[in-house]
Amino acid sequence: MSAVRTLDESAPPATTGVDDFGGKSTGRALTDQLARVVMWAAFVIALIPLVWILGTTVLKGGQMLLDASWWGNSQSGITARRVGGGAVHAIQGTLIQAFVTALISVPIGVLTAVYLVEYGRGRLAKTVSFMVDILTGIPSIVAALFIYAVWVVTFGFQRIGFAVCLALTMLMIPTVVRSTEEMLKLVPNELREASYALGVPKWKTIMKIVIPTSFSGIVTGVLLGLARVMGETAPLIILGPYTKVIATNLFDGLMATLPTMIYQEYSENLQPAVDRVWGAALTLILIIFLLNILGRFVGRFSKVRN
Amino acid sequence: MAKRIDVKDLDIYYGDFKAVEGVSLTVEPRSVTAFIGPSGCGKSTVLRTLNRMHEVIPGGRVEGKVTLDDQDLYASSMDPVAVRRTVGMVFQRPNPFPTMSIRDNVAAGLRLNGVKNKKKLDEVVERSLKGANLWNEVKDRLDKPGAGLSGGQQQRLCIARAIAVEPQVLLMDEPCSALDPISTLAIEDLINDLKSQYTIVIVTHNMQQAARVSDQTAFFNLKATGQPGRLVEVADTQKIFSNPTQKATEDYISGRFG
Ligand SMILES: Nc1ncnc2c1ncn2[C@@H]1O[C@H](COP(=O)(O)OP(=O)(O)O)[C@@H](O)[C@H]1O
Ligand SMILES: [Mg+2]
Repeated sequence: MSAVRTLDESAPPATTGVDDFGGKSTGRALTDQLARVVMWAAFVIALIPLVWILGTTVLKGGQMLLDASWWGNSQSGITARRVGGGAVHAIQGTLIQAFVTALISVPIGVLTAVYLVEYGRGRLAKTVSFMVDILTGIPSIVAALFIYAVWVVTFGFQRIGFAVCLALTMLMIPTVVRSTEEMLKLVPNELREASYALGVPKWKTIMKIVIPTSFSGIVTGVLLGLARVMGETAPLIILGPYTKVIATNLFDGLMATLPTMIYQEYSENLQPAVDRVWGAALTLILIIFLLNILGRFVGRFSKVRN
Repeated sequence: MAKRIDVKDLDIYYGDFKAVEGVSLTVEPRSVTAFIGPSGCGKSTVLRTLNRMHEVIPGGRVEGKVTLDDQDLYASSMDPVAVRRTVGMVFQRPNPFPTMSIRDNVAAGLRLNGVKNKKKLDEVVERSLKGANLWNEVKDRLDKPGAGLSGGQQQRLCIARAIAVEPQVLLMDEPCSALDPISTLAIEDLINDLKSQYTIVIVTHNMQQAARVSDQTAFFNLKATGQPGRLVEVADTQKIFSNPTQKATEDYISGRFG
């Protein structure tokens, strides 16, 4: 939507009285028109896949979500051939893993960003920043295999939900660091100086002035990072195989998630299973959508309080 | 309460760049000293060394001596945070904390330093806002955001915030340069009132303002382009504006350069 607003604002002023200045040159008017058309076209083209995906998913998976058992049951005892059952086991797994991933990643990521923006000077800061860049570029399958190598091969542990969280943490930390860093940099230096000038120590300035000022931005960044991580599939396939039953213990046994449910049901290639693929996909989109709304809400809320 | 400032042979650096050289001056308690001079000659830089804000900038350091009454501000035992509680500062652009209400802005210095007693805080908020001539305008909306005030009101809010921590000295870096003439006069009146309690140093680009508000005026200038800034002359404002000793001062205040 913001693209539309930008276009409106860039509209030329009303042309009354322009004669006095010799009018607008036709060449410039033409360029303006052309740029306008190109921007609209780009906007629409960018929108097509989004609308398409959303439309298809809602059309094909909407029916599943309207069934109360979707939100109440697991797939326990349901074969691919049969309709019925629900996605509770997968929804729970996704939420639990996302929560624990955030619990580990957010403190590490935010503190790293605070270090980089507020304290980091010289070699160490450059090294940390470089490492974060490298982490950002790691494909999720590599993160998954790394955790697999450490967790299963080196230590000989079982594949459990917590191992998935560790891999997802590797993917989430750099996004939290980068987004938080951007938000902290947006806080004007004048506010820090105003606080120092009141005799407030630096750490307190960061805790009470800098972070609250950028709070809604940080939360939005965290939620977006979380949304991205929730849809990751490679770590789940490698570290957290699917199960049809409800399992809430991260430290024992298998745990279902929406992406692995999609992957599993997809491989069945039977209509009831395919329906469940669309249902699970729509559910995942819905959760991520709600996360985004929550992000907006938190941002709005913190502004009102202020 | 107010304290005397003594600056002796002060050199100020940004990393390897020497921005200001050889400043010596004395500021009497309960007086207003104005810093004037062309842009870039180091007025803000000197001002910021008086409450150790200069070293907040990476590479910022000083050589020389600054004493407040008889305390050496740059002694190794001196805590810069404590110095800043004693020497308050108001900046060029009004900078209220955007996440805080008017009340919380004024109380920020005390609250962030651990004062919790609500009654005391309310007292301080009222006293400081009155001290900054802002109380009547905002008393009915203390819980509204500080950023919602006009520029002049915001600047007075910043002054209220600075005096709420009861400093001995108040530094002001071009406090009116972002304000309209009416708000400027309001701030100048305020400076006149505050003078009875605080030692005030104000940087200003406005010669009339220096003449109106200050008892003493210090004229800074660059030695030459690319050279560090230095203090050319400091004397009673009367004398600087009627009978300066230095030719450069006379040229500057009569508008021949700068
Ligand atoms: N943060 C900074 N880093 C490096 N140099 C600076 C910084 N701030 C100011 N300077 C330099 O110090 C000199 C004095 O600047 P300043 O004190 O701001 O002058 P004034 O306030 O008189 O206009 C200028 O040459 C300026 O470029
Ligand atoms: Mg300046």
